[in-house]
Amino acid sequence: MFAAKFEYYKVNSVAEALQTLRAHNGAKLMAGGHSLIPLLKLRLARPAALVDISGILDLQGISVDDTTVHIGPLTTHQTIAASEAVARVCPLMAEVAGEIGDPQVRNRGTIGGNVSHADPASDWPTALTALNAQFVIQGTGALHRRVTRTVAAADFFTGALSTSLGEHEILTEIQVPVMNTAQHSAYAKMAHPATFFSVVSAAVVISMSGNRCTQASVVLGGLAPKPVRAASVEEALIGQDLTADNIAAAAAQVSNDLAGEVMGDIYASAEYRRAVAPVEVKHAIYHAAGLAHS
Amino acid sequence: MTTRIFGSGIRRREDPRLITGKATYTDDIKLPGMVYAAILRSPHAHARIRSIDTSAAAAAPGVLAVYTGADVEGVLKPIPCAWVVPNSDVKQVAYPAIAKDVVRYVGDAVAVVVAEDRYQAEDALELISVDYEVLPAVINPEAALGPNAPQLHADAPKNQAFHWVASGGNVDDAFKSAEVVVKDTIVQQKLIPNAMEPRSAVASWLAPMGELTIWNSTQNPHIVRFITCLVTGVPEHKIRIIAPEVGGGFGSKIAVYPWEMIVAFCAMKLGLPVKWTETRTENYVATTHGRDHIERVELAATRSGKITGLRATVYAGMGAYLSTAGPGIPTILHGLMYSGPYAIPNIRADVYGVFTNSTPVEAYRGAGRPEATFLLERMIDLLAVQLNLDPVEVRRRNLIPKFDNGYDVAIGLKYDSGDYQKALDTALTHTSYNRLRQEQQQLRQHGKYMGIGVVCYCEICGLGPSQVAGAVGFGGGLWESAIVRFYATGKVNVFVGTSPHGQGEETTFAQIIADELGVPVDDVEVVHGDTDLTPMGWGTYGSRTTVVGGAAVALSARKIREKGRLLAAHLLEAAEADVEYADGKFFVRGSPDKSKTIQDIALMANVAWNMPQGMEPGLEATTFYDPPNFTFPFGTHIAVVIVDPDNGHIDLTKYVAVDDCGRQINPMVVEGQIHGGVVQGVGQALWEGAVYDQNGQLLTGSMLDYALPRAHLLPDVETLSTTTPSPHNPLGVKGIGETGTIASTPAVYNAVIDALRHLGVTGLEMPLTPEKVWRAIHQQG
Ligand SMILES: Cc1cc2nc3c(=O)[nH]c(=O)nc-3n(C[C@H](O)[C@H](O)[C@H](O)COP(=O)(O)OP(=O)(O)OC[C@H]3O[C@@H](n4cnc5c(N)ncnc54)[C@H](O)[C@@H]3O)c2cc1C
Repeated sequence: MFAAKFEYYKVNSVAEALQTLRAHNGAKLMAGGHSLIPLLKLRLARPAALVDISGILDLQGISVDDTTVHIGPLTTHQTIAASEAVARVCPLMAEVAGEIGDPQVRNRGTIGGNVSHADPASDWPTALTALNAQFVIQGTGALHRRVTRTVAAADFFTGALSTSLGEHEILTEIQVPVMNTAQHSAYAKMAHPATFFSVVSAAVVISMSGNRCTQASVVLGGLAPKPVRAASVEEALIGQDLTADNIAAAAAQVSNDLAGEVMGDIYASAEYRRAVAPVEVKHAIYHAAGLAHS
Repeated sequence: MTTRIFGSGIRRREDPRLITGKATYTDDIKLPGMVYAAILRSPHAHARIRSIDTSAAAAAPGVLAVYTGADVEGVLKPIPCAWVVPNSDVKQVAYPAIAKDVVRYVGDAVAVVVAEDRYQAEDALELISVDYEVLPAVINPEAALGPNAPQLHADAPKNQAFHWVASGGNVDDAFKSAEVVVKDTIVQQKLIPNAMEPRSAVASWLAPMGELTIWNSTQNPHIVRFITCLVTGVPEHKIRIIAPEVGGGFGSKIAVYPWEMIVAFCAMKLGLPVKWTETRTENYVATTHGRDHIERVELAATRSGKITGLRATVYAGMGAYLSTAGPGIPTILHGLMYSGPYAIPNIRADVYGVFTNSTPVEAYRGAGRPEATFLLERMIDLLAVQLNLDPVEVRRRNLIPKFDNGYDVAIGLKYDSGDYQKALDTALTHTSYNRLRQEQQQLRQHGKYMGIGVVCYCEICGLGPSQVAGAVGFGGGLWESAIVRFYATGKVNVFVGTSPHGQGEETTFAQIIADELGVPVDDVEVVHGDTDLTPMGWGTYGSRTTVVGGAAVALSARKIREKGRLLAAHLLEAAEADVEYADGKFFVRGSPDKSKTIQDIALMANVAWNMPQGMEPGLEATTFYDPPNFTFPFGTHIAVVIVDPDNGHIDLTKYVAVDDCGRQINPMVVEGQIHGGVVQGVGQALWEGAVYDQNGQLLTGSMLDYALPRAHLLPDVETLSTTTPSPHNPLGVKGIGETGTIASTPAVYNAVIDALRHLGVTGLEMPLTPEKVWRAIHQQG
């Protein structure tokens, strides 16, 4: 529980951060430190240097325009949970943020650190995939020129604890499409009692015309190394009235989407996670559609 | 005085310093020239040490010394076990402070580094290279007793640490003639106590005087002094143990560990003060665990539900070595409580203490009684199912009727007082039990699983008569002492041998004094936790501090009152027989104006200008109180859960605790103890459990995996009480520190199983994770 020796740099701009990363082989960015510091203390991570980006003002805060919610990666879960603008234009984000960990975790942890760490049990990867978020990444190109690229959620998360972020890159913004009035969303999770990390979770965004589902985005978290889009469930929902029977039938389709690896641990086996995935999907659809629970 | 301070829920005076971060814990101690120790711990559950190379560590920056098992051998005596239960062939295997040849659990000490700062010490640990020959390990206590199990100690064949039997009546006959027998195997999973403050020690050795001082995170400084003397050879009068603020113990700070002995060794070798504080990760393997039983239990009864016999064979894991009080927990504090609040004529407990390759097992809040209560309450629910009776009805048919002064149970204890039926009725009325049952039926028809768990308990605490302590092999007395010192300015200090660490006795002892002596409660200060300042005591555990230590406080106060009365008679020039005391005043009977306040008397006694012939100056009294019996608090707890059949999720929706701890000194403190205890017990039922892999690696090695209770997962704990004073205690009090934990685990467990009763589910292993419940519902093995 005592970190191995490292150098520490506090930087004030993205340019400075990129430069410091380049100058120190094996350096690591630190945002809230809530995922990184435990790894350092257990000596599971031993970076030669830490580049503390928590003071970069440009990377903090939320702004909303007509089409997009722009979120700085250093924005804490709590800030998102409490943001009126977010609640208005993207209620799923407010809901998810409010269910992360506990007050200490929400006050300290950042959305950027969360997605960059890409813990399969965390909530943002699932929710942001369902919301079709875009990730803006800055790095250094030829002649030390700053280069910016934008990656879709589906490409950003590449596996357990792995993303498409390069070693010398920084996530500088997360862009989430503003939800329209026909869209409804909900997040359901079975939480691990120790941390509230998700064991199985489901993020659902549906468009409704009357009682009919016209569009659906359903993504599962917790059970696989990276978020799983439940395409079979989406397909089964679209064009259907959201009746109890139809919801149950659609949720049951999720097994088709879980053909790949499902993780198990001492708390919940892979078999169990598979079995309860439809339950969480069902809960989320019910809540999204504003239906009372059976 | 109109309102009495005894019995009023005044706020705990401990809390302001605790919640503002102003308390001084052992790790806050800083001494000039202090250096830091870090302990290298075995990564293997069982291995032979082929060789150790400490040279690189010794040469690392800031490192002052590296010591191994070879260095302490012969200097530190083995760590003794202090509860050698008689007639059970206890194997007191060698428990070296630092392992030399064999390590027996993940966490066993292999070496210690002392460096100028903590980081240097931690870094140097990585430079020690140990060549291990890994040996097979065994974790399950029943398997450890089996023929092919790896052997931990050459002098404990079959890993058997002891075998203890207790019985009353004729059990075998009861089973032969039984109309109904129910059987079950109960697993009491191993628990990690998780006191908020990890363990810590600072040792300082003054070589010219030969004096050793240890600041130590302990529940019982005087016992630490005693054992430090045995292990280090420093004579007892040259040892001072200070327990500063101690951030919770729950039993895990009873043991005298190798670690503080190692710290003392380092301080004595180097002539420098040395500090060691464990990390949380270290705490998970190096600080004692609780429970760890496998129990095979049978209950005999008549068809009408009258219990005629109970027998159990228990395999109790002791971990790799015998911790200070280890053997006493699953025997004296467990097997002897098999009657609970019920009249059971025939009982036998057959307990095997077993060595396993895991962290040693000690008391953990409730210590033996939670396991006994669980066992009994489980079996009664099974009997109810078997007989198709309401679980409350079965309990009612077996409860011991009300008694005020002594009831002998078959297994040999004499309970002090009890009114079990009243506690049960109070709980049933408060919860509208019959209505709950109707609601359960209705919900079931709609596919919703509601469960109700009812637990009646009676427990043994207020440990206890010293003669009994001797008879049951406890290596010390169990009396308590208190000095009450009244100053000239009217203020009072109370010095106690008990060592509270969160329970609130700084407040409640002051209330006792305020009540007995009629002084404002703020004029009383309680001093504890320092062997040089306080009189002898045996520590804070077994819900004994208020019962035994509080009695000593009250009796000292009464001695002061009597001396004060005599002095008052002298000053008032009245006959001694005519002077009375009431509400802080001494007055001549019939003429209340002729009076002296107790403060007047304190002033005169301290200056001693005008004392009666032969009376000593000063106003101070000491009492050594040895209780005539234990106390036996009791009560009924009811839990209600809703189980989601789709995913096995358990929602604990209601919790009602009716407890009887005799007279309550401070109802708010009582309630706090119940809340904390209940929550800890719920933790065992639903979330907690030390899980090991086959190689003896702890898989729940941090709070990421070991789930502690969280406030938002719990309902309000509704507390009610009945009051049945203990007939033999000077204050009429019984203990309340552990009742919550004792009752809540089976209450919640029984509620969950009750929710699944219509599916034929009769038992599951704790903790009751959603997956286990889901599997039971869906019968997926
Ligand atoms: C007890 C506990 C409970 C938790 N419960 C939950 C939960 O229920 N749900 C949930 O989703 N999460 C949970 N978390 C995780 C929590 O949200 C973390 O705070 C978060 O995942 C990491 O954010 P951080 O700012 O602390 O990142 P840090 O720890 O600072 O960094 C994490 C990683 O991301 C990298 N990084 C950080 N910022 C950037 C950037 N801008 N660009 C590139 N790389 C970057 C770092 O180099 C590091 O590798 C929990 C954590 C704890 C300790």
